[in-house]
Amino acid sequence: MSKTSTRDAAFFRETMLPPEPPPIREAGAVKWLRENLFSGPVNTLLTVLGLAIIWFLVSHFWDWFAHSVWNADSLAQCREIIAATWGEGARGACFAVIRERWHQYMFGFYPPSLYWRPLLAFGLLMVALAPILFSETQQIRRIVLVATTVATLLFMQVLGVPTAAFLLSAIVMIGATILAERHAGWLLIFSALYPLIGVFLLWGGTLWAPLMVLAGIGLGWLGWRLVGIVSPMLAVVAGILVTLIWWIGFTGEAAGDLQNLLPLGITSVQSEKFGGFLLAITIGVAGIALSLPIGIILALARRSDMFLVTSLAVIFIEFIRGVPLISLLFVASLLLNYFLPPGTDFDIILRVIIMVTVFAAAYMAEVIRGGLAALPKGQYEAADSLGLDYWKAQRLIILPQALKISIPGIVSTFIGMFKDTTLVTFVGLFDPLKGISDFVRANFAWKGIYWEPFIFTGAIFFIICFSMSRYSMYLERRLQRDNR
Amino acid sequence: MSEAVTRRIDPSQMTISDEVAIEVSSMNKWFGSFHVLRDIDLTVHRGERIVIAGPSGSGKSTLIRCINRLEEHQAGRIVVDGIELTSDIKNIDKVRSEVGMVFQHFNLFPHLTVLENCTLAPIWVRKTPRRQAEATAMEYLEKVKIPEQAGKYPGQLSGGQQQRVAIARSLCMQPKIMLFDEPTSALDPEMIKEVLDTMIELAEEGMTMICVTHEMGFAQAVANRVIFMDQGQIVEQNNPHDFFHNPRSERTKLFLSQILGH
Repeated sequence: MSKTSTRDAAFFRETMLPPEPPPIREAGAVKWLRENLFSGPVNTLLTVLGLAIIWFLVSHFWDWFAHSVWNADSLAQCREIIAATWGEGARGACFAVIRERWHQYMFGFYPPSLYWRPLLAFGLLMVALAPILFSETQQIRRIVLVATTVATLLFMQVLGVPTAAFLLSAIVMIGATILAERHAGWLLIFSALYPLIGVFLLWGGTLWAPLMVLAGIGLGWLGWRLVGIVSPMLAVVAGILVTLIWWIGFTGEAAGDLQNLLPLGITSVQSEKFGGFLLAITIGVAGIALSLPIGIILALARRSDMFLVTSLAVIFIEFIRGVPLISLLFVASLLLNYFLPPGTDFDIILRVIIMVTVFAAAYMAEVIRGGLAALPKGQYEAADSLGLDYWKAQRLIILPQALKISIPGIVSTFIGMFKDTTLVTFVGLFDPLKGISDFVRANFAWKGIYWEPFIFTGAIFFIICFSMSRYSMYLERRLQRDNR
Repeated sequence: MSEAVTRRIDPSQMTISDEVAIEVSSMNKWFGSFHVLRDIDLTVHRGERIVIAGPSGSGKSTLIRCINRLEEHQAGRIVVDGIELTSDIKNIDKVRSEVGMVFQHFNLFPHLTVLENCTLAPIWVRKTPRRQAEATAMEYLEKVKIPEQAGKYPGQLSGGQQQRVAIARSLCMQPKIMLFDEPTSALDPEMIKEVLDTMIELAEEGMTMICVTHEMGFAQAVANRVIFMDQGQIVEQNNPHDFFHNPRSERTKLFLSQILGH
């Protein structure tokens, strides 16, 4: 029956055809090569050209890498070793500078006896991020935390951290890992407290300062509860106001007085001592953590129905995007001092963080606005028709979807911002790329060494930025909802 | 006549109370300078099943979207369940939580599971405890005959299933009034029936319904009143029998001949 010709007018099928596998064509490497590299004359030409370029690059740089020297005290000594081993006129890289100065590229001028503090701060940063970034499964979180603990302790061992500090760090890191296994929910409390813990570990000083900052939040909560009896609308404003007034006006003095009463604290480290990747990561992490929420608020403000709010958001975003980051950094380092009352000591790193955050937030706002605009209008209408108010609709329906759409753009902004942290060299801070390298070259032993430090810092930047990029792809896959 | 409707409800079994559910009086709306709704007067009693028909662009969707304030009216009054719709956002949210709405394109939340779609509003608007909200949601999902899909995401369902989830999502708020905005227009013919069946069941339970639809079979089987709109005005309203067999306005006759003629 199935052989019926279509020319016979009537046709009916008695049995449906079962699905069959596709025909097996030629497969394997040969097929791949032919389809992807040599599919036509133009493709073949491009393949040959590409191979030639790769050969050119490798042939020119290979001997330089192959002749690397890792053990030497100066550039001159490096050259001697290369000449002795590979003959007069041979080229070679002198990575000995990295071997001798790598801790400066990592920590700048941070006191070597206190290296454990930034290391622990970084380890705990991963602990704080675990419940937010690595919450998909218990297993992923476990891998991240165990790897972080091992890496942190290994670095401490290599850097010769004092035994007491090493033991303390080991207890804290292993404790956090165990906590994550037993009560993963508690980690979120730790994440909320981490900004204070991180700042305290990095800058040190009195323990009363972070405690007083916490007290500000407590006072704000009290204000919120008390005013809440009268008017719930005013309560939020009152709570924020009380906290801000306490932070700006009283925290410093209160911490100072309490420190006099009962000295509690660890050695303080000034911002001038920060440098290298410690500085880049401090500014980068703070900038990333702050610019996302500010960017979201700016994006929502720009799409708001209220004319004044929209105008302010547009002016802010367009102004910040319209000027170079360096000009903002100069404002931070020079101009702010003219406007602040004389004698105020407004930390330079804090000023830079504010400017970098503001800069990234403006870009972030536009990226997120793109995500908001991509959502079908029906999502807003469905949320409205269920009686959700503006903030609930944004938080539960709109933002989760808009942010998911914007992930590639958001992470691009993060990566761009992290690399831009090297620009702080122009306001006298020691970024890893130029600040520290200039300092290293200022020593007679390493005068004239350029390529090796650039390759080293470049490689670390690449690893960090590439990880962010891969993480964003993982996140996109994880949040995919429409696969059947 | 559409074959999608195989059963009709018995009008004698249905009670329509004297209580007014929706009162629209002298309502006007403009989109810019375009006068989209002109002098609309409409009173809906509790338990009524109203079908609004009319050519596209006649303002029927805009009318029901005004009833839960997805669109703002510029003149006249709309009172829903005793609450007048003004710019007071509290009143609007209150009306919206009492009035369910089903859209042509479903508008499910794609990042939430079917169950989460159904429990979201009860939990966040009504402050229902999660467990209880989930139990209620499962009840309604059973009612629309897809409890087994509760854990899936909307993108994994067919159009008809999605629309039934959308109906269940609205019902979970236990609304007093349901608005349907062309609920079957985006569906394949095979799926229209399952959605209409769900709506007929809902009508049998006495839900106050206003339905914008081109399914005239549904109108004949379910409605107690059919409203015909054209150019932003109510041209004719009548009981389904007289509307279909004995229309008074020439415009209605033309419309009916066009949609029923083929």
